Amino acid sequence: MLFGGLFSAYIFLRLDASPGDWPHGLLNVPVGTMNTAILIASSVTVVLAWAALKMRQFAKYKVYMGITILCGVIFLVVKLAYEWPQKFDHFGAFIKEDALEKYEPYLGNKHLLEKGLPPRKEITGHLHNKEALNHPNVKEYEIALDPVNADPTNPVNDRPHFFYVPPTKKIATIEKADVKYANMFIPRHSAYFASYFTITGLHGLHVLGGVLVFVYFWLPIGANMYKQNPEHLANRVEVAGLFWHFVDLIWIFVFPLFYLL
Amino acid sequence: MNEAPESQPAETVPHDDHTAEHVAAHVRKYVMVGVTLLTFTAITVALSYVNFGTMKANIAVALLVATFKAGLVAAIFMHLSAEKRLIYRILIFTGFFVLGLFWLIYLAWYNPIVR
Repeated sequence: MLFGGLFSAYIFLRLDASPGDWPHGLLNVPVGTMNTAILIASSVTVVLAWAALKMRQFAKYKVYMGITILCGVIFLVVKLAYEWPQKFDHFGAFIKEDALEKYEPYLGNKHLLEKGLPPRKEITGHLHNKEALNHPNVKEYEIALDPVNADPTNPVNDRPHFFYVPPTKKIATIEKADVKYANMFIPRHSAYFASYFTITGLHGLHVLGGVLVFVYFWLPIGANMYKQNPEHLANRVEVAGLFWHFVDLIWIFVFPLFYLL
Repeated sequence: MNEAPESQPAETVPHDDHTAEHVAAHVRKYVMVGVTLLTFTAITVALSYVNFGTMKANIAVALLVATFKAGLVAAIFMHLSAEKRLIYRILIFTGFFVLGLFWLIYLAWYNPIVR
């Protein structure tokens, strides 16, 4: 129900976004796919750990549970040490409606209109003059453009890329007066990133909780419990596993909604 | 270390059909479900690069695949397929309210009163 509320917030924000306001292709799809695979694999190993306990194979249980814990940790490390920081280092500026024409060489909206695709309103890339973010005397942003803005009429950029392509060497200068809103890719950048960070953050906390419980069962405490009553540990692992599968289940929806669509 | 013995004297008898032989027979199934889930993850990614005409169509396809995957996880990994009726009754209740929540959101956006 907690995630249900957040997903409904997502639906509301997305339905209400006017064409071109909901960004696409800003996340790293191969990394997201890999994380999905890791989480699914960990769901399998936790069932196998439980099955090993049921069959009274404690050594196997230790191995499967160890793999599960490792998968959970890798998932979190990828998220916190790679994906999020990469976003925090990326920049986007939404152009005012009446200035869209001026930045047409970076947006390629005539080309998109001909193809019947939604317009582009944002210019993204690597911000060279970071002081522009909070210094009122700096009147413009200098951006090393993302490929989509460096070559906006190229058909390969009509749709998001599968592989992440870093910003090009092409520099664009955007006047602050023409910008509706600009920021790094942090929650306040847009409704998209606000919901992305909220939902993946809360999901990450659930992953962390699951990992902690599994570590507890994996430590000697688990072995002692097993010696006293193996069925006891098996049932605990089953229940913790239920929670873990639920975390996997949420991710199965999060992944396409944020990374792919 | 704390390695417990592999074989145990008779302890509490498993209360359900989750006996050792039963579980052993299911292990293969669990691995197969895992492989299916991974395959469908690849399919989701591939389908998102296929143009189904509108964004709405693409979203519908992706959510269908996701729902199928989530169903597999719930039915097999979470043992829902072997659950008692009471669990289903509670689940239907929950599902009803989640969908109801989404429907309310849709109504709020569509706003049939003003329209």
